[in-house]
Amino acid sequence: MSILINKETRLLVQGITGNEGLFHTTQMVAYGTNVVAGVTPGKGGEWVLDGKIPVFDSVKLAVEATGANCSVIFVPARFAPDAMFEAADAGIPLIVCITEGVPVQDMMRVRNYIDQKGVRLIGPNCPGLLTPGEAKVGIIPGNIAIPGNVGVVSRSGTLTYEVLYALKLVGMGASTCVGIGGDPINGTNFIDVLEMFEHDPQTEKVVLIGEIGGTDEDKAAEYIAAHMTKPVVSFIAGQTAPPGKRMGHAGAIIEGSAGSAADKIRALESAGVKVAKHPEEIPSLLK
Amino acid sequence: MKLHEYQSKSIFAKYGIPIPKGRVAATADEAKQIAEELGGRVVIKAQVLVGGRGKAGGVKVAKNADEAAELAQQILSMTIKGLPVRKVLVDEAAAIEHEIYFSITNDRAARKPVMIASAAGGVDIEEVAAKTPEKIVKIHIDPLLGLRDYQSRDIAASIDLPRELWRDFSRIAAGLWQVYRDNDAELAEINPLVITKDNKLIALDGKMLIDDNALFRHPDLAEIRDVDEEAPAETEARRHGLSFIKLDGNIGCMVNGAGLAMTSMDIVKLFGGEPANFLDIGGGAGAEKVAAAMRIILADPNVKAVLFNIFGGITRCDEVARGILTAMEEVKPKVPMVVRLVGTNAEEGRKLLENANMITAETLADAARKAVAAAKG
Repeated sequence: MSILINKETRLLVQGITGNEGLFHTTQMVAYGTNVVAGVTPGKGGEWVLDGKIPVFDSVKLAVEATGANCSVIFVPARFAPDAMFEAADAGIPLIVCITEGVPVQDMMRVRNYIDQKGVRLIGPNCPGLLTPGEAKVGIIPGNIAIPGNVGVVSRSGTLTYEVLYALKLVGMGASTCVGIGGDPINGTNFIDVLEMFEHDPQTEKVVLIGEIGGTDEDKAAEYIAAHMTKPVVSFIAGQTAPPGKRMGHAGAIIEGSAGSAADKIRALESAGVKVAKHPEEIPSLLK
Repeated sequence: MKLHEYQSKSIFAKYGIPIPKGRVAATADEAKQIAEELGGRVVIKAQVLVGGRGKAGGVKVAKNADEAAELAQQILSMTIKGLPVRKVLVDEAAAIEHEIYFSITNDRAARKPVMIASAAGGVDIEEVAAKTPEKIVKIHIDPLLGLRDYQSRDIAASIDLPRELWRDFSRIAAGLWQVYRDNDAELAEINPLVITKDNKLIALDGKMLIDDNALFRHPDLAEIRDVDEEAPAETEARRHGLSFIKLDGNIGCMVNGAGLAMTSMDIVKLFGGEPANFLDIGGGAGAEKVAAAMRIILADPNVKAVLFNIFGGITRCDEVARGILTAMEEVKPKVPMVVRLVGTNAEEGRKLLENANMITAETLADAARKAVAAAKG
């Protein structure tokens, strides 16, 4: 077992004929992911990857023809909100948006809309999902992780790669790796994924990679203390980062002093989480 | 991107929010002329993109045009939190009866815009929020519905605004919502919104932050960015699509990904070094971007060593290596460089750098340790 994606996932790629879309579709197929369709408005009827994958004009048409049940989005930021709305309206239950740079107000509208639809969104600005040995949806390099029993959830991209790689070097594997993305407003937060890992029989331990800003890690700590039976190890990036840009007085009113690495580490430690000093220390804390 | 007070207020005015009469001046003579036009009593306000300018002495009231010139001269020669004052706003002085705090911003935890108001407005609003949070009213706005009139009335009532001002207040609230919505603001703030002695509402001060990611649909706003207020290196970095923040240490860092960049800084510090910067080259950076990043790092005279930490995914290590070589050719750096390449095309990247006289490292910790040692000479 794994969470969110596996061999049965029928993947659709939005923006499949773009540079990045095509490159990563090739990588995902090479990894063994079941990519059933692509969408690029205006290019319906074409085929990519030597005639293996059909391209459709809309997500709706692609779903009707292929039964796709997961979509990954590689379109530029200005078109990404529309792509997310389109996938949600076409009945795709799991949307993964890789695109970075989506405006915050767009994401507020997207998130409120997909919540009403009951759709799960991962990202945006995320590396996507990897269930080692089964499927990858997104851009996580497949060769840096092996199958195993560690669930990995992270707000960061390349930092996640570091952790997967550090685990692999000592022979530890991952059940599923979930990159939830670093944007202020995203589709899925730590608690959602922790809950899935808690109920996944393959996952025995969890790694949570956070960073400064927001209060997601603090909420995760509360959740872990109250609900998690599986051990959690964490790393928080930005311990030495200078205080970020301040949002006028309103930022202080909304978030108070929350958001620093020290606060997050304290919250996690008091929930019984072991927090690593650097990412390469994580495997030894998992033993 | 931050807007100046005068820029924010001119946007407010377009949306029907009343602001004082006034204009911006770059010299004492201009300030004097504006004061004359306004009839004498004016407020001179430093236009710098940092908070706390009032407490630093950057806001003064002048009784007449001559005094306006004098005070403008004073303020224009000030430096506030490291930023020289280049412009002042000369505004008609208002007769203030009461100060209200009023803003709309993003509440990331609620994933919605939030409208915030307090009857205890003014410069001490953060203290009010910390000590007496019950004096702050917050109402979330549904991003799909927008601000509704009843919400503005609820706010007006809960800050005890006199009823005869509710209608004007609702207009200002609707205007502020449109300002926030139309301009992709992360913050639209009026502090203070004052009730004048003759019982009118007027926005005495204004602050706006614009979402950089949305500037593609606001070319007019991108145009008015005040680059004089930024470190030149940060302007240069943005031009190349790099995310860069200058720091005080001596180890230059070049990393792909914000989380990994922060982590690399953390580890440098963990091993006793001080990072000279935060620099994220982003995903999929080509050789040209890498070369630009390297020029920016090496332009800092404090830099005694450079750490490259690249975990290739969407970014290809051979592209990064090519960028490093291009920049080295050009800049001829004299400081030691530690490089760690892992992931996509790392092997090819390492081969390219074989003869470049760089210190190589296998792990992140190893790389940081070597960079710290190299910086110490």
